[in-house]
Amino acid sequence: MPNLTRWYIRTSFLYLAAALLVGLALAWRAATPLPGFFARLQPVYVHLFLVGWVTQLIFGTVYWLFPRPEEERFHERMGWATYALINIGLLLRAVSEPLGAPPGGFWGWVLVISAVLQWLGGLGFVITTWPRTRLHKKRRR
Amino acid sequence: MPPLSIWFVRSALVHLMLGFTFGALMLGNKGAPFDARMWQLRPAHMELLLVGWLIQLAMGVAFWIAPRWWEPPRRGNVTGAYAAFGLLNGGLWLVILGSLFRLPPGWTFVGRVLEAAAAGAFLWHLWPRIVGREG
Repeated sequence: MPNLTRWYIRTSFLYLAAALLVGLALAWRAATPLPGFFARLQPVYVHLFLVGWVTQLIFGTVYWLFPRPEEERFHERMGWATYALINIGLLLRAVSEPLGAPPGGFWGWVLVISAVLQWLGGLGFVITTWPRTRLHKKRRR
Repeated sequence: MPPLSIWFVRSALVHLMLGFTFGALMLGNKGAPFDARMWQLRPAHMELLLVGWLIQLAMGVAFWIAPRWWEPPRRGNVTGAYAAFGLLNGGLWLVILGSLFRLPPGWTFVGRVLEAAAAGAFLWHLWPRIVGREG
């Protein structure tokens, strides 16, 4: 299993644990009045699950399982860049979205930056995975 | 990787990128509003990522790696799998266009019927391949 895959899979399970904790906070909020910060955690909860856990588990597995790329060095660099972009973007979202700052303020712009970083992460994954979807071909030695 | 898996996975990647684009537009609009209509992208964003990306990727990879027969045709009768590709993408886009352009509910209904038919067609293909080493 490549090093990047190990990072993806371990990180994805950390997000799963984080998502479940956020889910716990949301359930707790239904029984006890908690600050408004908790009310705004719903989209963070969903995205910790779907981007943090599901998507990263898939990205890591695809990096490991799909036919090897032609340009291995470029592919590995892009893989790490994708990992960094997705994770920094998601963490910025997880922090800035519940703060519920007025749109256009500092935290609003952090949210915009998180959107751009995650989009670039998605693009990086597509760029590296597309050439790996090909008919079986014996590797040159 | 067989040609049908290449189609499935590449189509999944296109839907992933579209889904991420819609998501980024909505999230950016939440941080620094630029168009109130961005929130209307939400159903399409969900459809693109859950059906267009996740389900399609799962089908493509399952078609590729599920156990094969010793004798040709090694993936058995592939008609259901090819039908699933067409039905899933057709249904998916009916649902997406229906939500984006606020078309009559019939669009979404027909889209969902096609998606369900895609699941059935794929299951028809894959069922005999879900076996252990002993067959």
